[in-house]
Amino acid sequence: MRLALGLIALVALLFVLSLISGQAPVGASQSLRALITDDGTPLSVVMREIRLPRALLAAMIGAVLGLSGAAMQGYLRNPLAEPGLIGVSGASALGAVLAIQTGLSLMIPLALPLAALGMAVLAVLLILALAGPRGTSITLILAGIAISALAGALTSLALNLSPNPFAAADIVFWMMGSLADRSFTHVWLAAPFMAVGAALLLSLGRGLDALTLGEDAAQALGVNLSGLRLRLILGTAACVGAATAVAGAIGFVGLVVPHLLRPAVGARPSSLLWASALGGAAMVLAADIAVRELLPARDLKLGVLMALVGAPLFLHLIYKTRKEMA
Amino acid sequence: MSLMTLRDLTVLRGECPVVDHVSLRVERGECIGLIGPNGAGKTTLLRAALGLLPASGDSTLAAQPAPERARTAAWMPQAREIAWPVTVERLIALGRIPHLPRGARLRPQDRAATDAAIARMGLESYRSRIATHLSGGEQGRVLIARALAQETPLLIADEPIAGLDPAHQIATMQVFEDLAHEGCSVIVSLHDLGLAARHCTRLLMMERGRLVADGPPSEVLTPENVDRVFGISAFYETTAQGPVFQPMAVTR
Repeated sequence: MRLALGLIALVALLFVLSLISGQAPVGASQSLRALITDDGTPLSVVMREIRLPRALLAAMIGAVLGLSGAAMQGYLRNPLAEPGLIGVSGASALGAVLAIQTGLSLMIPLALPLAALGMAVLAVLLILALAGPRGTSITLILAGIAISALAGALTSLALNLSPNPFAAADIVFWMMGSLADRSFTHVWLAAPFMAVGAALLLSLGRGLDALTLGEDAAQALGVNLSGLRLRLILGTAACVGAATAVAGAIGFVGLVVPHLLRPAVGARPSSLLWASALGGAAMVLAADIAVRELLPARDLKLGVLMALVGAPLFLHLIYKTRKEMA
Repeated sequence: MSLMTLRDLTVLRGECPVVDHVSLRVERGECIGLIGPNGAGKTTLLRAALGLLPASGDSTLAAQPAPERARTAAWMPQAREIAWPVTVERLIALGRIPHLPRGARLRPQDRAATDAAIARMGLESYRSRIATHLSGGEQGRVLIARALAQETPLLIADEPIAGLDPAHQIATMQVFEDLAHEGCSVIVSLHDLGLAARHCTRLLMMERGRLVADGPPSEVLTPENVDRVFGISAFYETTAQGPVFQPMAVTR
């Protein structure tokens, strides 16, 4: 309970900080006032059309990435699992890359996120065909690796054959992940998928708790394992596919956040779900504030900063676990 | 009413039957030992009876819907898996999952069941310890308590006493006997024929997938059966301190 309140307060604080951080040299109270009452100034437009969707997307994306990471780790009973494991983020990125490569994204404004979502759906169908109703967790991992590899290869091919260096640069920068210049269109595009995905994942709590005892014991406790796996795949795919479609690849959130919060919830997989959603939202909000405040002139990419912070954090966690094991 | 009935239960691995037309009934108040050499099909029989494996033939347990079955029979698998560093108390409380209404937290009766299971297995001092930090034998006792907390009329345990020290082996078998006295039934696979002879009311002897003997220990552990199925000779007598079964020598 105290953890929940603390995390909610942290997310709220970072949300407000995200709203008042940016290039326009305006005071905090003035910006917030312009957000609440439309005073017809350009500042209101900036607050309502640029900063609010950006902060919302950061919180949404962080929440679903943390949540799907916690669900994936709980299902596979492995602290190294992450939402990208089932190949949906790779496939989603491939869709976006194809939209840039073919020039479609320049002609139709929503072509990029829609292509990304389309490829994510295709990846889900493929993974369901490979690791279908009778599949096990191992077939799910193997199918995910195969799809990721295929998507990675096709992304490289698209880069390789890119018509001009500008398209190649566009692709590379897009793949680094960013929340700059997103609008409410992106919020409304991602929100339904994320809502459905999050609802599916949050319903897994009890089954994931039972899986602490292994697949056999969980099944004997009345857990329907194939139904659980189906909800996990669809929920993760909806969450990660939508997140990647609007913001590019943002790694480490789904890996590090559940790991960080596990001791705080007594290692219970069901509690870790909501805790990681809140923690993920806080982490991405914080990182998105940092990319704007650290190098305001250089358009630092969110995915790059996240990996820069996430990797050392992860190394530290491994070091700590190693000491515990010894 | 019987707790579980198997009729011609058969599990094939490829062409080869791992469990071969096994039929039996389990009534209330039985402490049943399932014995047989390695690879005789003990685990497969138990898993198929629970409906965890595709099988032909009938099992009344496997025919039940999963949530209802989880309130009829508790299952303790041989692999002692504890995936996350949760406390012993929390792990044992997982046994209450089949009884919890959707979305509910642990109710007073669930806490009482958890406490009773902890008391039966003598785990009071372990309550707030982290389960993954315990020794193998201690983890085994915690997982038995987890199955007890499920409070089902039937408890099925696959080699629950393997790796326990002698005192805890005897204490655990006595817990199973007590459950049988209280009207529940226990099916436990085990390799310690001495403990099986002393504590079980009935033994099931398996050999290469078939049920070759079914009855009270004195009728199952005959010199012929023990020689043919296990390839050993044994000393078996009813003494002033109860039946004593001691394997003596390998006969082949």
